Amino acid sequence: MTAVTFDSPAGTQARPRRQFRQLRYAGVLAKRNLIKLIRTPEQFIDVTLQPIIFLVLFYYVLGGALGGSLGAGAGGRHGYLEYLLPGLLAQTIAMTSISIGQNMNADIEKGVFDRFRSLPIGRAIPLVGAVLAEFFRYLMVVVITIGFGYILGFRVETDFMSLLAAIGLAICFALAFAWISVWVGLKMRSAGSVQGVMMLLVLPLTFASSTFVPVKSMPGWLQAFVKVNPISQVVDAVRGLLLGSHANLPAGVTTATAVGWTFAWVAGILLVFFPLAMRAYVRRT
Amino acid sequence: MTELSIEAAGLVKSFGETKALRGVDLNVRKGTVHAVLGPNGAGKTTAVRILATLLRPDAGYARVNGLDVLSQAGRVRESIGLTGQFASVDEDLTGTQNLVMIGQLLDLTKKEARARAAELLDWFDLTDAAGKVAKHYSGGMRRRLDLAASLVGRPSVIFLDEPTTGLDPAKREDMWDVVRRLISDGSTVLLTTQYLEEADALADEITVIDHGQVIANDTPNGLKRVVGGQRLTVRAADPAREDDLRELLTLIGGSVPSDEGRGTLTVPVDGEDVLPDVVSRLRAAGISVEELSLHLPSLDEVFFTLTGTRSTGDERTASEVSV
Repeated sequence: MTAVTFDSPAGTQARPRRQFRQLRYAGVLAKRNLIKLIRTPEQFIDVTLQPIIFLVLFYYVLGGALGGSLGAGAGGRHGYLEYLLPGLLAQTIAMTSISIGQNMNADIEKGVFDRFRSLPIGRAIPLVGAVLAEFFRYLMVVVITIGFGYILGFRVETDFMSLLAAIGLAICFALAFAWISVWVGLKMRSAGSVQGVMMLLVLPLTFASSTFVPVKSMPGWLQAFVKVNPISQVVDAVRGLLLGSHANLPAGVTTATAVGWTFAWVAGILLVFFPLAMRAYVRRT
Repeated sequence: MTELSIEAAGLVKSFGETKALRGVDLNVRKGTVHAVLGPNGAGKTTAVRILATLLRPDAGYARVNGLDVLSQAGRVRESIGLTGQFASVDEDLTGTQNLVMIGQLLDLTKKEARARAAELLDWFDLTDAAGKVAKHYSGGMRRRLDLAASLVGRPSVIFLDEPTTGLDPAKREDMWDVVRRLISDGSTVLLTTQYLEEADALADEITVIDHGQVIANDTPNGLKRVVGGQRLTVRAADPAREDDLRELLTLIGGSVPSDEGRGTLTVPVDGEDVLPDVVSRLRAAGISVEELSLHLPSLDEVFFTLTGTRSTGDERTASEVSV
């Protein structure tokens, strides 16, 4: 060991206050979460294999039967693939968000969060960093789902800009939805219960939506729920952006209204669950 | 009056029904090592967490470097370093990545952070393990990395929460050396410990707490004057000689030795100078011994002397029963 040099008196060092520093801290912590993700590659199963398995299952097992229910002109297995893919995208994203809650739950017990709390960075930064790192997982979901769909015969019917808009919108929604998972993760006592609680939320939300079958085939009381369900809004918006006039949107819904409602839900979810997550984080010691 | 780095008064904190702190006062002079001594559950960690801005007290106030830990928490965090009871390093990151991350969160540029990380890794003998994931570090290495992480920002006040709990004796001495070097650097250190030996070896002042209350506050020498200095512990190889041994120890220590069980006898003595005398007397009496040691009073003995009751809320009590 050599003697450590302290070139300035302890604690008196002036630290430059650079601009956007909180954003930079969030980036540093996002990188930390990415390193953790890469070190445990099995964490990528839900964003790689899961969308492929779902696409294969729904396309080959249910596609033939469900395709016929889509109505004149749109039917058949291929017609169902067109209908299914934007929906599966939203469902996989909702499922993918479960793991951030689980990771947060496990992470916060380990003491490294004590270190973060003792540093002069914004309180929310460790959480924001974790959510930002999820961006890459969501991007993988989108690329793999659309890429594999392409192999099965899915084609984007609109233009490249609409494709980018659809991807951006889906990821935007995912980053908001992740805060629900963060909140649940901070509230639960074990990582296992995070999964249980999130599944209770994700399954009804994704199935009772326009994800798999048209809304008009459902009973009236269910339609009422499906129409306000945020997942329906994302699915309809992505469908509209990818398929244009082929989108088979419910009566009264246009791409523009679905996009508008999606953003409203993104804002709503953030307004409710970001403060809830922060409160749970501050209280959890 | 000397400048205080830490001043706290009337700290109260409850967790549900449990009263962790019942009005703790603490004054730590600048540039000194201050030990908070107490058993598990005494409130040591709670006190440190309040001072390090991680917990809000229910009542009372605390200032670090003259800054209020509640209303000026952000500025307090700029000048403190915290090493927790459970090494708070990121297990999935390498030693270097851990330290660089902290550096960047303290506004160092990537280059500065790398340089500081290398410097600290070298200082803590971790250069060889710098590229290894902390998960594969030994307990002692993790503690050192944790301590290094708390020093990245050159803090003027350093909190060490039970830095040696769970370390073997050799590693404990290493950690003591590190703490001594920190003070020579001008930092103020608040250290919590369960060992009087550790507090005595490192601290300028010791605050003893139990059940969330301060029961003594003194210099190591002052405290030892109250609880007594060294203890001599001897166990006869032949249980039949126990009475002879007791007689001999009474003569040496001037009081009747206490029976620690299994033929182990303990008596307070004046200092280590008695040791040669003890050995020659044992030889003269023809008593062979299995154990012969000089040590400071255990925490249990300290508490017994200070409060007249055995400390509670401690697994020490449970293990004592089973002995």
